[in-house]
Amino acid sequence: MNATHTVVLAADDLSVFGQDPWWLVVIKSVLIFAILVVFTLFNIWFERRVVARMQHRVGPNVHGPFGLLQSLADGVKLALKEDIVPKAADKVVFLLAPIMSTVPAFVAFAVIPFGPEVTVPFTDITTPLQLTDMPVGVLFILAVASIGIYGIVLGGWSSGSTYSLLGGLRSSAQMISYEVAMGLSLVAVFLYAGSMSTSEIVAAQERLWFGLILIPSFVIYVISMVGETNRAPFDLPEAEGELVGGFHTEYSSLKFALFFLAEYVNMVTVSALATTLFLGGWRAPWPLSLWDGANEGYWPVLWFFAKVLLFIFMFIWLRGTLPRLRYDQFMKFGWKRLIPVSLVWIVAVATIRAISLEGGIDRTYLLAAIGVVAVLFLVLFFVGGAEEEAAEAEPEDQRHGDFDAFAGGYPVPPMPGKAVQGRTSVSLYESSPTLSKEQS
Amino acid sequence: MTDVAADGREHVVVGIGDGAAGFGGHERGGGTPGGLATQDMVLNIGPQHPATHGVLRLKLTLDGERIVDCDPVVGYMHRGVEKLFEVRDYRQIIVLANRHDWLSAFSSELGVVLAVERMLGMEVPTRAVWLRTMLAELNRVLNHLMFLGSYPIELGAITPMFYAFRERETLQAVMEEISGGRMHYMFNRVGGLKEDIPAGWVDRADDAARAVRSRMPQIEDLIFGNEIFQARTRGVGVLSRELIDAYGVSGPIARASGVDFDLRRDDPYLAYQELVDDGVMQVITQEEGDCYARFGMLLDQVQVSLDIVEACVDRLRSLDRGPINVRLPKILKAPEGATYAWTENPLGINGYYLVSRGEKTPWRMKLRSASFNNIAVLPEVLTGCVVADMVAVLGSMFFVVGDIDK
Repeated sequence: MNATHTVVLAADDLSVFGQDPWWLVVIKSVLIFAILVVFTLFNIWFERRVVARMQHRVGPNVHGPFGLLQSLADGVKLALKEDIVPKAADKVVFLLAPIMSTVPAFVAFAVIPFGPEVTVPFTDITTPLQLTDMPVGVLFILAVASIGIYGIVLGGWSSGSTYSLLGGLRSSAQMISYEVAMGLSLVAVFLYAGSMSTSEIVAAQERLWFGLILIPSFVIYVISMVGETNRAPFDLPEAEGELVGGFHTEYSSLKFALFFLAEYVNMVTVSALATTLFLGGWRAPWPLSLWDGANEGYWPVLWFFAKVLLFIFMFIWLRGTLPRLRYDQFMKFGWKRLIPVSLVWIVAVATIRAISLEGGIDRTYLLAAIGVVAVLFLVLFFVGGAEEEAAEAEPEDQRHGDFDAFAGGYPVPPMPGKAVQGRTSVSLYESSPTLSKEQS
Repeated sequence: MTDVAADGREHVVVGIGDGAAGFGGHERGGGTPGGLATQDMVLNIGPQHPATHGVLRLKLTLDGERIVDCDPVVGYMHRGVEKLFEVRDYRQIIVLANRHDWLSAFSSELGVVLAVERMLGMEVPTRAVWLRTMLAELNRVLNHLMFLGSYPIELGAITPMFYAFRERETLQAVMEEISGGRMHYMFNRVGGLKEDIPAGWVDRADDAARAVRSRMPQIEDLIFGNEIFQARTRGVGVLSRELIDAYGVSGPIARASGVDFDLRRDDPYLAYQELVDDGVMQVITQEEGDCYARFGMLLDQVQVSLDIVEACVDRLRSLDRGPINVRLPKILKAPEGATYAWTENPLGINGYYLVSRGEKTPWRMKLRSASFNNIAVLPEVLTGCVVADMVAVLGSMFFVVGDIDK
């Protein structure tokens, strides 16, 4: 990372965007929509197969090759179910909520780059594999993602059910805390890339992925993205063991399907954002990047989806492994750990950036400093949990009083403060010849 | 739907079953005078709710997510089993007895036959005694494995269930082979057991027990050391000695709070006296009394039970061939009198108070089931917890709804 490589600030070259003819824009939009829906169907199947494998099961394997059509069949079945609207529901909001939840999940994908500039087949038009970009692309994603959570909050509120209300409440608290941590984790990326546009950020990672040099940011982002999508272990708004279905308890049929779709599309969206910001976007990973053609043409789409799938697998793995956090523990984790660590890290990154841009310090010191901060972060991350486990010890005085377990004819456990003499099983047994039975 | 509670306060009951009537109604003053008015919310957990394994209903009064009051409403599964006991003969009541706690059917059958045998002064063949001991312990392992799987699910971990069920399946195969049943074994008879051991069964049972023992660490590694699991369960729902004494809590839950009481040792039945003397049968206690200790108790008890199973296998191999039951008269009548037979069931003390007037049916048979008492203590523990803790505590009480409602 030398100074000549990333000096530019506010000099984003987004001139390639906005040049597409109208039919190309339509094709791109429809393609993004189609890819996301199909990818969601695939992800549901993928999740069920992977979790099944983790649990000594087979998973869906009947419909279509390897059971791939299972989620399509489930989707059709879901659409044909009876649509129930509870009497106490606020009907307009109740209908609007799933839509509000789903639309932003798709819209966020407009600024995700799938690949470099390519030639459209059968024409000589060149176009970037991205619907559009803007100087504040990442902020746009954050803004749109926040709107999506309104869908959950309103869905919980409008159902007129206690479970839904609690689910919606939890979700709003979750949104506020984790949006902050997520936003802060991105600041370091902006500092390094010198831009908030997604295509510029991918371009800035040509030599080294931000996921490698900004490990703490990456870790914080990954944690908060799980919180943001309401997935295990942060699936408090829908905690099925406590709140039955949480915010979607009262939903059925297509309205429920929309929530379901939104959850999976959101998973893809945050994974795509993580790929773009930290794993070099569509750029080929190391051994592949030695091949010159790896970053040209349509190949990068493949690398992009491979990386996204890696994150999806992580989501599934988490779900198969971890129990759910408690609401207050989750909040504590967000506000007392993630956000302070983010703030410290941003100051550190800003300092390092300023020094390295002026060329005043040796590279080795720089890396060492990063290492120290990373270690500090990890220590804080793992050691911090100890404080909560200090359970209050109950004072218990064990006075040895006279206690006859058989005073009432049948043996009873000693009362608090008393103890069985000798506390051995044999003596207790032998002291009651009346009850001991002849046994074989 | 609105309720007027005993203190005259009106509660708004909003829940799935109640048609979600809305949030209007009584308002309660906030913490500070002149502050915002807040309203307690009454949340019905159950009768149909994933955390209640059936139809237990908890009426929770919530202040936000914190539980102000908890009121368990039981009886949705009441079958009047004690009344049914009075109109069935001694062979038939075994069937009734293994129903109330469907996860410890064998142990519940055992209490009935022990009571009747004691009334009759009947001597049970030695092989039957050892086989009963072994099956009771296998039943205990099956029961504990169920809760070892279902408890993590309530905390949101979905995988341990399948590991626990794999082990259950291994043991179920053995139980099924000998008794023909997978749940309600109906293998006990007054005077012994239904049938003799199938050829080679003892070896297969031994293999199954060894297989389960070798794989138990997997379940432990999967969930017991998990930081989130510990954060959810340590220090949560602590049961004190006073509460246990006051409510008659028994079984692994009581022993997790340091109550050193186990009927297998303290009032031995079957072959347990010999097992205690040999040092095979150990009573495990823990001091913490929280959800974590209760879960840990099950893990430890499974090991002890498997030890006992292996000891029983050794004994059954060395015993000479002989009868497995006693020939009974066509009409079985217990002599006039009363007895109380209690056993250490997987979930706690299970007792039958049998009163006979010399007829072929009991005059009265009182059933003391473990879960009823264990659940009765819930309001004391839950008050002050948050809703998520409610699930953790409820799950760690290891109850079967049929055992509560009888």
